[in-house]
Amino acid sequence: MNEILADIERWRSAGQRIAVARIVDIEGSGPRDPGAAMAVNSLGEVAGSVSGGCVEGAVVMEALELLEGQRDAGITSFGFSDDEAFSVGLTCGGTIHLFIEELNW
Amino acid sequence: MSSIYESYRNALQAEEPVVLATVIEGKNVGSKLLVFGNENVEGSLGSSELDRVVSRDALGMLEAGTSEVRHYGLDGEARQHDLSIFIETHSRSPQMIIFGAVDFTRALAAQSKLLGFRVTVCDAREVFVTRRRFPMADELVVDWPDRLLKRIGEDLGQRDAVCVLTHDAKFDVPALLSSLATRVGYLGAMGSRLTHEKRVDRLRQEGVTDEQLCRIMSPLGLDIGGRTPEETAVSIVAEIIAIRTGRSAPRLSQTTGHIH
Repeated sequence: MNEILADIERWRSAGQRIAVARIVDIEGSGPRDPGAAMAVNSLGEVAGSVSGGCVEGAVVMEALELLEGQRDAGITSFGFSDDEAFSVGLTCGGTIHLFIEELNW
Repeated sequence: MSSIYESYRNALQAEEPVVLATVIEGKNVGSKLLVFGNENVEGSLGSSELDRVVSRDALGMLEAGTSEVRHYGLDGEARQHDLSIFIETHSRSPQMIIFGAVDFTRALAAQSKLLGFRVTVCDAREVFVTRRRFPMADELVVDWPDRLLKRIGEDLGQRDAVCVLTHDAKFDVPALLSSLATRVGYLGAMGSRLTHEKRVDRLRQEGVTDEQLCRIMSPLGLDIGGRTPEETAVSIVAEIIAIRTGRSAPRLSQTTGHIH
């Protein structure tokens, strides 16, 4: 979270709503450890990362849905994607579990 | 009254040890407990008994530097799965204490900073321990190693490292003796095999046991064929990582199994 605080502070002072996604658990291979975080504001701007770029796009969609009230705070998981399926996942074969919530605490 | 986020942010910015516990599954998803290194807490996870159990676990995890999901009953009961709680720890930075202000020290200090260590360079010779030579160090200490460790040795733990780069028995024997009295996780001493053999003799004369000698990595570093101070620094920090993770450090291309 440390590395995204500067962006979060800027967005907070501009009065923007912010969603935060944090890695809480990893199975198998994963590029970042529990605690790695990214933040998304209501304009769709992004700070930080939770993988090597494999799932960030999908996390932004989840974060925006949360800010628009289309989903609740909770756990979202991304697993292995094989190339043919075009699904979102980690090419390294691991599974990451993220907790996504609004920064309103 | 500041919010939990603001207290958390302030602690992170001040580099104070802090733990953020969040309910991620079960009753009261999103509720938070912030636990400080001095055992103060802010917020609540929904029950005072739960808060007490989680803050105790949080402080243990802070010491170990781990972050993970743990499961509890609604009042913190063990072996129950009503709640999943993500406990995110922020320990203080690990420390790298380098004894000896030599050429290798510069490179090792810079490399250690890259890995997030708080770096202290200590040498009893004032002319060598200058800000101009070690602009990257967090702290420069002109003193004898054993005197520095008498002051800070008790704070050193598994995540910390001491590297003795003096290869001069007058400095490194007392430095190693006082380092062995700490709980430091990595203890390395520079020098050729011959230098180390002589050093071992002197350490034995001082009453150091075989078991204690096993804690000293010397010659220090992995065998990557490094020559320059910069290459040597890479081999030393690579050994520190391998010891922390319990790996034997072969090439990944020649092994199988999980990387992380």
